[in-house]
Amino acid sequence: MELMEGELEQIQSAVGEVLEKFDADREQLLPILQAVQGRLGYLPREAMKMVAAAVEIPEVDVYSVGTFYNQFRLSPPGKNQIKVCMGTACHMTGGNIIMDSFERRLEIEEGETTKDREFSLERVACVGCCALAPVVLVNEEVEAKVRPTRVDGILLGLGKELPKKEARPEDKAQDSAVPRDVSTQEAGDAR
Amino acid sequence: MSNNNGNNNGNKDSNNTGSNIGGKGKMVTITIDDKKYEVPEGTRLLWAALENGVYIPHLCGIEEEEKPSAGCRLCFVEIEGFLNPTTSCTQPVKEGMIVRTRSKRIDRMVKNAFELLLSNHRLNCGKCAANGSCELQKIAKERGLKLRVSRMRKLDIEAPVDDSPENFSYDPAKCVLCGRCVWVDHNVAKVGAIGLVRRGMGRKVAAFGETTLAESNCTQCGECVQACPVGALAMKK
Repeated sequence: MELMEGELEQIQSAVGEVLEKFDADREQLLPILQAVQGRLGYLPREAMKMVAAAVEIPEVDVYSVGTFYNQFRLSPPGKNQIKVCMGTACHMTGGNIIMDSFERRLEIEEGETTKDREFSLERVACVGCCALAPVVLVNEEVEAKVRPTRVDGILLGLGKELPKKEARPEDKAQDSAVPRDVSTQEAGDAR
Repeated sequence: MSNNNGNNNGNKDSNNTGSNIGGKGKMVTITIDDKKYEVPEGTRLLWAALENGVYIPHLCGIEEEEKPSAGCRLCFVEIEGFLNPTTSCTQPVKEGMIVRTRSKRIDRMVKNAFELLLSNHRLNCGKCAANGSCELQKIAKERGLKLRVSRMRKLDIEAPVDDSPENFSYDPAKCVLCGRCVWVDHNVAKVGAIGLVRRGMGRKVAAFGETTLAESNCTQCGECVQACPVGALAMKK
């Protein structure tokens, strides 16, 4: 993930402050990473490198811990956070297809954030409304019985212009049938 | 330095003083499969057995490591007085210990663990660099197991081969995740370039940020290739 302007300085000062509060000890690695993520919302590579240097362990060991625990995220949270449920019921009713649809549309993979930081995509395990499977949480709002067509509707509703249409001329004829100015909810359902 | 296959030949490369804390301390007598052996007190059972020519399957074991990960679940033995089979790599020898390396339970456990390892291991022995020196082949031969997955669905790991280093390459599809390469990288080469990252199905050996090894701080010393019990880390021809 490329850093934005001024972000590096922000990371450095935040991590510096966090590191002051903890012993530079390997046993403190998890609390340190938690505090860093608490400040920054995610674990940027620069931050992990700083922590590794402070705790005096190889950088890859910090990375190893950061990628092991689900709690840690390595990409910044997007302005819109999309969580696709992969619990048992959602999985059985095609949660992975929904995930695929988001991945295709946003051109990112699970756990990643779009370059413009508008969208982040992650998987969750059961949000507690299995009767509505497959479920997607869009900024903590439940979307029920999601179908791949609804994925486009959700994204349109969040202001995504689905720019891939231009990039993929073969889709164009089909997609242009959807009027752009219709409320996005309907646009999604119409297709 | 590796213990890949040299351990049955006696003491040639296994006189690592590191593990036998206290050097030439007290010797204890243990019984393995009805034969008595004199071994230094405190040695862990797996290494005591291997040193005396008794083969116990093992992949992740590192003799010098004080806290074995005991992750491969292959080195189980029955010890008299113990309710359940025990991983021999974690068990220090004690005076009068009576050990069996084979039993119905153990054979079943090892068979299952072995087949699970094979279920996501790309079996292509004919073209594999480790053909003939592979620890999996050795285990199969010693325990009469098949190098084939019959009871499970085979899973193909799609992660690409990293052939960026000049002399060797890493193929995640052949990796058994024993962690020996990571251990030598950290403790022998003292580089700290590789580690086990992610978890579950995505677990693999990788450098910081999952860059290629050439882009990482890897010095390409080749220690990890020596440590690899299978053909995941292999020299280029």
